[in-house]
Amino acid sequence: MSHKVLIADDEPNIVISLEYLMKRAGYEVLVARDGQEAIDAIRRERPRLVLLDVMMPKKSGYDVCQELRADEELKGTLVLMLTAKGRDTDIDKGLGVGADAYITKPFATKELVAKVADMLGAAP
Amino acid sequence: MDHGLGPQRLRALFCAALALFNFPLLALWDRDALFLGLPLFPAALFLLWALIILALAVIVEAAGEEP
Amino acid sequence: MVAAPLVIGVSFAYLLLLFAVASWGDRRATQGRSVIGNPWTYALSMAVYCSAWTYFGSVGRAAAAGVWFLPIYLGPMLAMILAWMVVRKMIRIARTYRITSIADFIASRYGKSPLLAGLVTLITVVGILPYIALQLKGISGAYALMTTPLGQPPLRSVHWLGDSTLYIALALAGFTIVFGTRHLDSAERHEGMVAAIAFESIIKLLAFLAVGAFVVWGLFDGLGDLFARAQAVPELRKLLTLGQGKAFAYEQWFALTLLSMLSVIFLPRQFQVMVVENVDERHLKRAAWVFPLYLLLINLFVLPIALGGLLHFGPGGADAEGFVLSLPLASGHTTLALLAFVGGLSAATGMVIVEVIAVSTMVCNDLVMPLLLRTRRFGATLGEGQAGGGDLTRFLLGIRRSAIVAILLLGYLYFHLAGEAYALVSIGLISFAAVAQFAPAMLGGMYWKGGTRRGALAGLGCGFGLWIYTLMLPSLAKSGWLAADFMTQGPYGLELLKPEQLFGLRGLDNLTQSLFWSLLFNIGAYVGVSLWRAPSARETSQALLFVDVFQRTASTGPVFWRGRARVADLLPLLGRFLGTRRATALFEVYAQRRGVARVEQLQPDAQLVQFVETQLAGAIGSASARVMVASVVQEESLGLDDVMRILDEASQLRAYSHALEDKSRSLERATAELRSANEQLKSLDRLKDDFMSSVTHELRTPLTSIRALAEVMVDDADMPVEQRQHFLGIVVAETERLSRLVNQVLDMAKIESGHAEWHNSDIDLRALLTQAVQTTEPMLRERGAVLDLQLPDAVPLLRADADRLMQVMLNLLSNAAKFVPREGGRVQVRLQCDSAGLTVAVHDNGPGVPEDQRALIFEKFRQGGDALNRPQGTGLGLPISRQIVEHFGGRMWLQPDAAQGACFCFTLPWPAAAQPDETPQGDTT
Repeated sequence: MSHKVLIADDEPNIVISLEYLMKRAGYEVLVARDGQEAIDAIRRERPRLVLLDVMMPKKSGYDVCQELRADEELKGTLVLMLTAKGRDTDIDKGLGVGADAYITKPFATKELVAKVADMLGAAP
Repeated sequence: MDHGLGPQRLRALFCAALALFNFPLLALWDRDALFLGLPLFPAALFLLWALIILALAVIVEAAGEEP
Repeated sequence: MVAAPLVIGVSFAYLLLLFAVASWGDRRATQGRSVIGNPWTYALSMAVYCSAWTYFGSVGRAAAAGVWFLPIYLGPMLAMILAWMVVRKMIRIARTYRITSIADFIASRYGKSPLLAGLVTLITVVGILPYIALQLKGISGAYALMTTPLGQPPLRSVHWLGDSTLYIALALAGFTIVFGTRHLDSAERHEGMVAAIAFESIIKLLAFLAVGAFVVWGLFDGLGDLFARAQAVPELRKLLTLGQGKAFAYEQWFALTLLSMLSVIFLPRQFQVMVVENVDERHLKRAAWVFPLYLLLINLFVLPIALGGLLHFGPGGADAEGFVLSLPLASGHTTLALLAFVGGLSAATGMVIVEVIAVSTMVCNDLVMPLLLRTRRFGATLGEGQAGGGDLTRFLLGIRRSAIVAILLLGYLYFHLAGEAYALVSIGLISFAAVAQFAPAMLGGMYWKGGTRRGALAGLGCGFGLWIYTLMLPSLAKSGWLAADFMTQGPYGLELLKPEQLFGLRGLDNLTQSLFWSLLFNIGAYVGVSLWRAPSARETSQALLFVDVFQRTASTGPVFWRGRARVADLLPLLGRFLGTRRATALFEVYAQRRGVARVEQLQPDAQLVQFVETQLAGAIGSASARVMVASVVQEESLGLDDVMRILDEASQLRAYSHALEDKSRSLERATAELRSANEQLKSLDRLKDDFMSSVTHELRTPLTSIRALAEVMVDDADMPVEQRQHFLGIVVAETERLSRLVNQVLDMAKIESGHAEWHNSDIDLRALLTQAVQTTEPMLRERGAVLDLQLPDAVPLLRADADRLMQVMLNLLSNAAKFVPREGGRVQVRLQCDSAGLTVAVHDNGPGVPEDQRALIFEKFRQGGDALNRPQGTGLGLPISRQIVEHFGGRMWLQPDAAQGACFCFTLPWPAAAQPDETPQGDTT
C-alpha cells in the first residue's frame, strides 16, 4: 500500500528533487507551495507524512505543525521538518511544536528516504 | 552668588544712579526751561527717579532664584 | 481751627484703630495665618522711614531751600538698588545666628563682645534722641496749629509739667509698651506691629496725596498754574533751581545722599523692619523697588504744597512746616485738615513705636543684661538656677518697659533743651549722622574677615566722639544750654579745634563737615586697629560665619566649640529665659530634626550647645547668651589653630561629600552608558545572527537542490535522458545562483567593512547610463517592456568608480525588468543635473512596493513581490547598491509618491573641492 506524502516547500527546485525521491520510493506525492496551501492539502488529502519546510510564505512550518497538533483529526499526521537553519534553538523549536523528526538542508538523499521509511514503517 | 548677571546689573545701575543724581550730571537739568508746563529741574529729577525705579524693578523681578 | 477735644478724640480713635490692626495681626500670627508674610506688607513696613519729618519737615525745607528736601529720599533709592545683595546678606546672617538688633549684630560679629554691644547701644540711644524729639516737636506743633485760631501764635507753656508735649511723650510710651512688650519672642518678631505699620503707611500716603491734590487742584488750577505763578515771584523761582542763586554746594548734596543711604539701613527702626521682621528673603526683591516708589509718590506734592503755601500766605506769613495743615484750615476744609493731622500723627507714632521698641530691645539685651550678669550676685543666682523659682521673661519685659519710658522721657528732654532752635530737618540729620557711624563696622564685618573687635571699638569710639563734638554739643550750645565760646573760639582757645571748622576745614556746612571727619576717623581707626594685630580665635570663627554665610548653613557649617555639656543643664537654662513650655517645645523640634525620639536621648554635643546659644541670643542678645551658656557648660577655650583645624575639618568634610556626590553621579552616568552600549551590542548581535542565518539559509537552499539532484542522478543510472538533462540544468542553474550569492555576500562584506577596492575615474554619467540600458535591453525586450531614456544634453564629469556605478544601474534596471508587467511594461530612466549633484531615477510601471514593505526593501535578503512569483534574485542587490551610492556621499531611496509602479532614485553629489591631480587608480577609502 502506498502512503500519501505531502511535500511542503516554496523552492521549486527543491520540490522537484523531493518529488522525484518520494516517487522513486513509491509513495503517492502531493505538493504544496506555501503554508496555507499545506494545511488545506493536509485537511483535504489526509497524507500519512508531511515533508515540511520551515521557511515558507503565508505560514511557516512551525505554524503549520502547531495547527496540525492542535487539530484533533490531524494530529496523528507524521511531520518531518526540513530547513536550512541548523541552530540548536531551531531544532528544539521544531521538536517543541510537535515535529516527529527534523532534517537539515542540504540533506543526504539516502538519509532522507531512510528516515521517511522508518517513520512510515513504524507507524501503525 | 555675587557673580551672577543680576548682581552685576544692580551694581551698574547703582553707579549710574549715583552719577545721575550728583553734581555734574545733575547740573545739566538746571536751566530755565519748561517741560510739559513744569519747571525743568524738578520735573527732570522726578522723571529720572521714576526711570531708575523702573529699571530696578525690571532687573530685580527678572532675577531668578539664588542659592 | 478745630476744637481741641475733637482733635484729641480723633487721635485716640486712630491710635485705637492701629492697635486693633496690631492685635488682629498678632492673633492671625498665633493661628498660623500670618498677614505679614507677603512682599507688599514688607515693602510698606519699610515706609516707616517717613515720619513727621516727611510730613512737616520736608515741606518746611522745600519752602526754604527748594529741591534740597529731596536728597534724603534719593539716598534710600540708591541703597535699595544694592539691597538685594547687602540687606539679603544681613537677613541671612540675622536669621542664621538669631540676631535681633544692630548692637547684637556688631557684637556677635566681633567675638560676642559685651563691651561692643554696650557701646553700640549707647551710641544708638544718644543718637536717636534728637529724632524722637523731632517727632514730639512735630506732633505738638501740629496739635498747636490745629487748635489755635488762625493768626494767633500758638500757646507755649514754659513749665514742663504743663507742657502738652510731655503728655504726648508719655502717651506714646504707653502705646509702645502695649504694642511691643506683651510677650517675649525669641526671634523678636512683632507681627502685629508690622501689620499696624504697613496699615499706617497707607494712611500716611493717602492723606498726604489728598492734601497735595487739594492744594494743586483746589487752591490752584493744576500744576501748570501753580508753577507759573511761582515762577513769577523771583524768590520762588529761585527755589526751583539747584543753585538757588549761590554756588552749588554739591558736596553737601552728596553728603546728604550718602547720609540717607546709610541711614535707611542703619536706623534702628529700619533694621528692625527690614532685617529682624523679615519673613522671607525673597520679599526683598519686590520691596527693593516698591519702597522707592512709595517715596517717590509721597514726595510728589511736597514742592507744590510748599510753593502753594508761600504763594497763599506770602513769605513769612505762616510756618512752612505746617502748610499741610494750615492750607486746608485756611480754606475751611477742616475734615481734610483732620485727615492730614491724622496722617502726620500716624507718621510720627509709627516711627516712634518701631524705633523705641528696637532701641529698648537693644538696651535690655546689650546694655542692661551684660551689666547685670557682671554683678556677681545676680550672675550667680542665675547660674545656679534659683532665679526666684520663676522664669526670667517677666523680668526681661520689665527691663524693656522701663527702657521705653526712659527713652521717651529723654527724647522729651532733648526736645525741651534743644528742640526750639532748629528746623525739624536739621534735628533729624543729627540722628542720621549718629547711626551712620555703624556703617564701617557693620559693612566691614560682613565683607572683610580682617575686622577685629578692637578695630570696631576704635572706629566706633572715634566716630561717635567726633559726632558728639561736631554735632551734638553745638546743637546744645546753639540752644543756649552750653557756653557758646567753645564754638566761636575753640575749646580753651584752640582755634584749630573749633567744632564746626575742625582742623581748619572751612567752606563746608556743619553737617557735611561732621560727616566727613567722623567717617574718616571711624574708617581709619577701624581699618588701622584691625590690621594692627591678627584676629583672635573667636573673632576669626565669627568672621568666617558672617562673611561666608551664603556658603554655609547653620546646620552644615562648622561649629566652633569644644567642651562638655549636659542636656539637664541646657534645657532649664533655655527655659529660664523663654519659659519652660517654649523651651521644651524647641528642644523637641530639635530632637525630631536629629532623628532622636526623646529629648533626654539627645547627644549634648557642640551642635546642641550652639543651638541653645542661638535660641538664647534671640531673647537676651548674643553676648549675654554666650555668658549664660558658658556658665552651665564646661568648655575649653579655643585657640586660633583650633579654629583653623575645625574649619579645615569642616571644609574637608564638605569637599569629601562633594567628591562623593560627583563620583556617584559619574558612576550613574557610566552605568547608563554601559547599559546602552550593552543594548546596542545585543541588537547588533541579533542583527548579525539574523544576517548569518539568512546567509546560511540562502546558501543552503541551492545546495540542497544541487546535492539532492546530483545524488539522485548518481543512484539512478538508467534515468531517462531528458530527465537527466533537466536535472543537470537545474544543478547548473543552482550552482550559478549559489556563486552569485557568494559573490554578493562577499561584496557586501567588503564594502561594509571598508575593505573594498574603489577605482575612481572621471565618468560621464550619460555614457554610463546609456551603456547600462544597452546591456539590459535584451532582458527588457524579453519581457515586452519599453525603455525610455531621458538624458540632459551635457553633464559635468563625476569622479567615481565606473564599475560600481554600473553595478548599481544594472541592479535597478534588472529589478525594474523583473517587476514590469507582461503587457505594456514601461521603464523610464531619467538623469538630472543641478548644483548639488546628479540625480538618477529609474521608474517602472509594475505593481510597485506596498506601503508596509517600503522600509524593508533595502534590507538584506528581503525581496519584493509575492514569494511565489518572486523572480530570481538574492535579495542583496538593493542593499549593495545603496552602500555603493552612500560610499560616494549620495543617497538612494524609493520615491514615495511616484505614479503607478516603483521609482528608485539616487543622487551623487559633487565633491566639495575638486582635486585635479588625483590618480585614477587605487583609491581606497
